[in-house]
Amino acid sequence: MEQQEFTITAYTENHVGLLHRITIIFTKRKINIESLTTSESETEGIHRFTIAVTETEETVQKVVKQIEKQVEVLKAGYYKKKEVVQQELALYKLRTDSLTNGLEVERIVREHGARFLTIEKEFVVIEKAGYKRETKALFDELKTYDIIEFVRSGRIAVSREQYGLGRQVAELLATEVV
Amino acid sequence: MGTVEAPTKKKSDNSTKTERISGSEAVARILAEEGVEIAFGYPGGAIMPVYDALYDHQDEIQHVLARHEQGAIHAAQGYARASGKVGVCLATSGPGATNLITGIADAQIDSTPLVCITGQVASSLLGSDAFQECDVIGISMPVTKWNYQVTRAEEIPEALAKAFYIARSGRPGPVLVDITKDAQFDQLDFRYDKCTHLRSYVPVPKLDHSKVKEAAELINNAKRPYVLFGQGVILANAEDEFKQFIEKTGIPSAWTIMGLSALDTDHPLNVGMLGMHGNYGPNLLTNECDVLIAIGMRFDDRVTGNLSKYAKQAKVIHLEIDPAEIDKNVKTEVAVLGDAKESLTELIKHVKPNSHDEWLQKFRDCDKLEHEKVIQEELNPTSDILSMGEVIKLINKYTNGDAILVTDVGQHQMVACRYTKFNKSKSNITSGGLGTMGFGLPAALGAALGEPDRKVICVVGDGGFQMTLQELATIYQTQAKVKVLLLNNEFLGMVRQWQQLFFEKRYSSTELINPDFQTIAKGFYIPTNKVTERRNLEEAIKEFVESDSAYFLEVMVGKENNVFPMVPSGSGVAEIRLE
Repeated sequence: MEQQEFTITAYTENHVGLLHRITIIFTKRKINIESLTTSESETEGIHRFTIAVTETEETVQKVVKQIEKQVEVLKAGYYKKKEVVQQELALYKLRTDSLTNGLEVERIVREHGARFLTIEKEFVVIEKAGYKRETKALFDELKTYDIIEFVRSGRIAVSREQYGLGRQVAELLATEVV
Repeated sequence: MGTVEAPTKKKSDNSTKTERISGSEAVARILAEEGVEIAFGYPGGAIMPVYDALYDHQDEIQHVLARHEQGAIHAAQGYARASGKVGVCLATSGPGATNLITGIADAQIDSTPLVCITGQVASSLLGSDAFQECDVIGISMPVTKWNYQVTRAEEIPEALAKAFYIARSGRPGPVLVDITKDAQFDQLDFRYDKCTHLRSYVPVPKLDHSKVKEAAELINNAKRPYVLFGQGVILANAEDEFKQFIEKTGIPSAWTIMGLSALDTDHPLNVGMLGMHGNYGPNLLTNECDVLIAIGMRFDDRVTGNLSKYAKQAKVIHLEIDPAEIDKNVKTEVAVLGDAKESLTELIKHVKPNSHDEWLQKFRDCDKLEHEKVIQEELNPTSDILSMGEVIKLINKYTNGDAILVTDVGQHQMVACRYTKFNKSKSNITSGGLGTMGFGLPAALGAALGEPDRKVICVVGDGGFQMTLQELATIYQTQAKVKVLLLNNEFLGMVRQWQQLFFEKRYSSTELINPDFQTIAKGFYIPTNKVTERRNLEEAIKEFVESDSAYFLEVMVGKENNVFPMVPSGSGVAEIRLE
């Protein structure tokens, strides 16, 4: 089976240590996590993991079952590339004087739909949200201006279904006796 | 990550009155409340407040002082497996906690319910590399079903309530609760509500009746159906339903080592043992059945051999409680998720009475061949050298299949499991998944304390016995009636067998120059005997089985005997070798 890009989503309790419990499922199988993001979800008190991997679907299925098996995980699922709307955020720090050699940098920023987050005396910070190839394309163009710092966030993604796993989680919680 | 309110729990209608007590007193009261009669452990600095509290609860909770934490946890495992209750194990921080890890990993892979409580340095010292500090939460995470660190006394009731609930519900497993020393000392307003529900946890999947019907349909139309059963039958207390199911359908049934004793050895539909050293027919005919019905087993590689040559012709039905086991190793046609007792009860209603005499006869024919090639000589050797099999045969003669068999890991384990007779469930205790040498002796102690009215026969090899033999002291101290049968071949026999067969007899570090085991056992005040010749064997075994105390019997067996049949590593089940 061919390896492809997958986004794994898990809705969980927000407990200390759960991050480790989930990542060791990948470590045990020597699977590289390309990115991992944890955040709040649409439901109060419920946390959400978004994990990006390139693997075979069969392996991803097994991993997702192991994630869902964890006591503090409510639901877990996986999506192929076309089944999610996804974004990453990148920050680029450049010397301010790189802006003074004509309007090149400004033009690049505009064309890439990026923006200046801050302009200080010594440096500027440019922000760009998009697919990895888009933030990478901007990186490649800015490279000639000496990027002092670059960072890209992990992938975040929502499913292209009207109601994804979140609906199942909400239904599950609705049956709870408090 | 931050903290949020703990998962909701169904509140019972108990009164809301509380009492001001220490965290350690709360631990002791909770153990009593959860019905814990015996706890195994070893004290040390960071767990001392709990031990101090246990001093006041000796009437309710017997504490068994092992001689090493690994002994304590294997004893807790043996106790849990024999009694069906949750095993409880206590240890201090640092080395105390790390010494539990092998047993926790063993319990995890063999689905044994355990609650481990470890002491931890004071919360103010966490992360400072304090004396005997160790990140036991991090270390135990890959091998526990759940774990939690308590840093405040008021967390203790809820943490332990969850621990017992998670350990024993669904597919059972080990949990660990690490309690900082200050949380043990501090006071809390105590009240205890048992946990019966967690919103993020589904211990038993809801049975899908349409899947039961699909499974029944396949079974009803099968010409050569074949049942493989594992420990899931025992853990679900589904032995009766299982028997009704196979008797109604007339399906030949083979067991994994963890499923052994769920069905009487002499049952006409019990066709024997699966796997690498299992019986000939059960392995060979796996590749001839048309419908394979796996019940509470997980297709371990020691059972399946090479998966690309495993039961490719068969449609597979899998009755299983853990969704993560479905399609993990073997692709399933119909998965029936649920508790084995409930699933089988429903399935029985939909299957038609049947018999498969011709198909069953194939197993008998294979048995005949295996008997001629292997079993006859193993049980009735023609040479003067004693075999492990003939010893087990005599054990059967005097126990009548009533005893609990506890084994260590290696050749003796395979021989004992192959030839011991059982007529009662929960009677085979062994380290199946992890293959932990040193498991046997302490596990037998736990089993004897968990089932004091039953005979416990502990079969060990000379290798594994030396890994935990210090627990003879615990056997002496508790006066547990463990009968230790040492099958001494002066070798790490299983490794030696592989060296003979696959490494050109290069016996690298497998020969054992042993101590005088008789003197050792005597040093622990345990009655001993040693047999080197056949003429003394039966009398010795009779005395061994019938003695009313702990007993140590050493039998010198053939140094270079091999266990057959054998499915060599990497081969398909049908490539099983008889010699």
